[in-house]
Amino acid sequence: MRKAPAEKTAHPVLIFWVIVGWVGFVVFPWYGIDGGFFQFDWILDGYPLQTDSAPAFWLVAMREKLWLGPLIFPLIAPLLVIRRSKSDPVFARVLILSGALGFTWLIAQGFGIGIRGWSFQWLEALFGPLDDRQFGMGYGALMLASAYLFFFTQGIAARGAVNGDVFVVSSIGGVITIVSVFVFFPITKTLFAAFITEGGTYSSAVFLSKFFDDRIWGLGCLWGLRCGVAWNSLFLAVLVGVLTTLLGLVFALVVTRSGFRYMHGLRALTVLPIITPPFVIGLAIILLFGLSGAVTTSVADFLGVRPTRWIYGLPGILIAQVLAFTPIAFLVLIGVVEGVSPSMEEAAQTLRANKWQTFRTVSLPLMRPGLANAFLLGFIESMADFGNPLVLGGNYDVLSTEIFFAIVGAQYDQGRAAVLAIVLLAFTLGAFYAQRFWLGKKSYTTVSGKGDAGVHPRMPRGLSIPVYIVAAIWASFTVVIYVMILYGSVVELWGVNNTLTFKHYLTAFSIRMEDGGIRWTGAAWDSFWTTMKISTIAAPLTAAVGLITAYLLTRQNFAGKNAFEFGTMLSFAIPGTVIGVSYILAFNVPPIELTGTGIILVISFIFRNMPVGVRAGIASMSQLDKSLDESSLTLGANSWQTFRLVILPLLRPAILAALVYSFVRAMTAISAVIFLVSARYDMATSYIIGRVENNDYGLAIAYSTALIVVMLLAVGMLQLAVGRTKIGRRMDHGSGSGK
Amino acid sequence: MKKLEISSKATSVSFQNVSKIFGKDVRAVDNVSLDIQAGTLVTLLGPSGCGKTTMLRMIAGLEMASQGRILIGDTDVTGLPATDRDVSMVFQSYALFPHMSVIENVSYGLKFSGFNKKETLDRAIAGLELVGLDKFAERLPSELSGGQQQRVAVARALVLEPQVLLFDEPLSNLDAKLRRQMREEIRELQQNLGLTVVYVTHDQEEALAVSDTIVVMRNASIAQIGTPRELYDAPSDAFVADFIGEANLIPCSVESVSGETATVSLAGFRQQLPARGRSAGPAVLAVRPSRMVIQPGAEGGGVRATVQKATYVGSRMEYTVAAPFGSVFVTVEDVDAVLAPGDAVTLGFRDRGPVLLPPA
Repeated sequence: MRKAPAEKTAHPVLIFWVIVGWVGFVVFPWYGIDGGFFQFDWILDGYPLQTDSAPAFWLVAMREKLWLGPLIFPLIAPLLVIRRSKSDPVFARVLILSGALGFTWLIAQGFGIGIRGWSFQWLEALFGPLDDRQFGMGYGALMLASAYLFFFTQGIAARGAVNGDVFVVSSIGGVITIVSVFVFFPITKTLFAAFITEGGTYSSAVFLSKFFDDRIWGLGCLWGLRCGVAWNSLFLAVLVGVLTTLLGLVFALVVTRSGFRYMHGLRALTVLPIITPPFVIGLAIILLFGLSGAVTTSVADFLGVRPTRWIYGLPGILIAQVLAFTPIAFLVLIGVVEGVSPSMEEAAQTLRANKWQTFRTVSLPLMRPGLANAFLLGFIESMADFGNPLVLGGNYDVLSTEIFFAIVGAQYDQGRAAVLAIVLLAFTLGAFYAQRFWLGKKSYTTVSGKGDAGVHPRMPRGLSIPVYIVAAIWASFTVVIYVMILYGSVVELWGVNNTLTFKHYLTAFSIRMEDGGIRWTGAAWDSFWTTMKISTIAAPLTAAVGLITAYLLTRQNFAGKNAFEFGTMLSFAIPGTVIGVSYILAFNVPPIELTGTGIILVISFIFRNMPVGVRAGIASMSQLDKSLDESSLTLGANSWQTFRLVILPLLRPAILAALVYSFVRAMTAISAVIFLVSARYDMATSYIIGRVENNDYGLAIAYSTALIVVMLLAVGMLQLAVGRTKIGRRMDHGSGSGK
Repeated sequence: MKKLEISSKATSVSFQNVSKIFGKDVRAVDNVSLDIQAGTLVTLLGPSGCGKTTMLRMIAGLEMASQGRILIGDTDVTGLPATDRDVSMVFQSYALFPHMSVIENVSYGLKFSGFNKKETLDRAIAGLELVGLDKFAERLPSELSGGQQQRVAVARALVLEPQVLLFDEPLSNLDAKLRRQMREEIRELQQNLGLTVVYVTHDQEEALAVSDTIVVMRNASIAQIGTPRELYDAPSDAFVADFIGEANLIPCSVESVSGETATVSLAGFRQQLPARGRSAGPAVLAVRPSRMVIQPGAEGGGVRATVQKATYVGSRMEYTVAAPFGSVFVTVEDVDAVLAPGDAVTLGFRDRGPVLLPPA
């Protein structure tokens, strides 16, 4: 009944990619079209003979760009074996060879020949001067590159990798390729940029002089001068890490170890950082403690002193970041605190430990890896934060803002930006590495599939009172901050003229009905719709890449899986500013020219947010019994059918969560975005930052409030949708795999 | 319309010097050769970690053999992934797709087998009728009891008419009563349809009850192959004797062998037994608890011993008896003439039952 594929000679997938390759080569324009990816007016503009929009085949036929000619051979080769069987070694060998050769040639010509002819002097020395040039690749190149890639993966699969599974091998190949192109390539390019001299050659002396700059590593603050940015960042990050961990623990204890009745209210805290653009907290801090802030002026009046700008600098950034990142620590720690098995604590109590001894000797030590984890997360977040230091930094320079000013400021020093990016990357990667390899193996959380009937004991009294006090103070402070944001948006001019007004909302979001249509006359609409559009495009792509990666990581075994996992999770530790700088350095010149487009924003969101999708996917996929996949396979479905019919439907809640989360993150992101926006593609966050820099706080805060409302709606709709997604769960006795 | 019936395409399975190595050097299956006849139910039995599930998964194509060849019928399937083998499997956890109704679950595999919609539905219904669940077609798996879920899993595998049907500890999630009922039903289906079934379990009673052939596995290789009767009555070594049913393993010595009969002595007591290839020298005597005889008092032929412990378990008496060669476990059907701890007894063996084994 089921025919063994060893005898099958039809390869629908291969035929598909052969067609894609040929269409890319013969029909679609080879180079990127000015005007953008989704512009199609080139069809009317001299196509296919106009050089700018000609497909590769026509270019070569017109005796132009002759280096594209050899690309045709790896396209012909698969046609010769298309009738052979999959187990035929010739079939595999031809596919692997044509895929590899085609892809390599495509990359090599892209890097070898740029806007000014040969990109490297040794090529010119070898082949003589070239008076032709080429720009960034376009549709045609993209299609052909994909075709080559999937020839290669199908060849590998035919040779028996991963049991000859074409879908799995191709997914692995696809993920590796896009992560290489959009994460590793730009980072590497940045590393090289740090060595470039003004003359365009490489020199390690340049790197060393920039690296050991006093502005980075100076220790002047020990004797009253200013310290280097690296120390500033490090000091700040450690402080933020410690404080957020402590506060997170306090909240986690209140929720799990006390009879506190309004836990749901506290749990809402965890939603806040997701929906709040990071610098909004900074803005609220200014409203409270700035020169004309409510608290500053009233205290100054009371004491009869002049208000100062004390908040700008370390105190301001610290308060803002602790406010912004405590919920993240809380999110981590609540899992850890709940994860300590109640029966451990009950066992300690039956062994005659009192509550305080139990907490100190059993509960707390079991939470230790979780605490370290929360600290490292706070550390990484603080290092990577860009918005708050920009708004509140004053004279306290940190790495992320310095990178920005090195690129956009008067200094315009790409080399310095690259060096700073390397320092920042070294810090966050170090923390990431520590987290994975030191803590990864040390999880004491004792949640097992078995029900644990025990109940967590209450906190000892001596602990609970200070915990309650700290939690209450901090929670009310958070509430005040959000009230300030709301209030600040309806005040004429903060601290000067406190009359209530909707002026800011009108400036930003006014609309006019005209000629039967709506005219979006508000100043903010432009960036708002761009943001919506970019986020809507990025979200499903992020979720897709994340889930496929998660599927490969949880369900498949293949050589190099650990390296694969490390590579995909790495972008989590790469700060947005570093991504921003490296994208500018890497994608401003051929072969991939993307700066100034919307695509580069979409791509940066995909790879910034992919680890979130991967983690969500891994978490929910590891709850699906592996025997579900296996039974689908033994019932004759292939792995793609299994993925589509069994895994995806069961992951619906996870998919929705990943979608909304990446949508929201794309809307609130600032650090990478601020490098990548252009006049045509301005994003909400960078627009708001621009308003802040012009001291136009009212509009900035009104816009931020509107964003928060939009995101609350998105998250709320998610909650509704997930709540309604009914999935019949297998009964308890069916879920233990026992193997 | 002629009623559609599920038939069988039962095929033999053959392992030829198959090894499975996990990681670098963990041998889960070590150079195993095994032939499974078409139309029989073969049980892979052994303690956990003995490699029985790995063997099963290699037939399914969920694990690939590291060395050797696996044949289903005449086809070499060694390198073929699960999708492309004509084998289906019933999982320990049933692995019913929780988002599909019963009928969708049963139709799932048919969709990939080239049946049209009508045939798919007819076959799925026929499969459900076979396990008596045709009235539950529209339910979700979560709305069924454990035993019903088990039947759906069986129907889902059966409707594909696989060459080989695999069961991976299918009954371990059921309670004792249901387990007995289900194993009888599985055996009945297998015999009625003439299926080739490979069945993994660690429960020796279950294995004895359902199998045509039992393959006892130990440490990644096969300890013994035989019918339930052969394994119980003539285990090849102490491991098998102890694993299948309970056995007292008594060290003894073979004094002389003449023809097929050996004279065995233990603790001054002599008995004639089938030699089973033993020659003179040390040996082990395996005796089932029910094949031992105890007489009250210290008179008569036999080994002098003392009762240590007496337990009443309803249908019989269980005694632990201290003999010169160590303590032995004896069951007695007579629950009325009860011996008490401390009583002196005389131990003997029934004529059939004691088996000579190689020394441990």
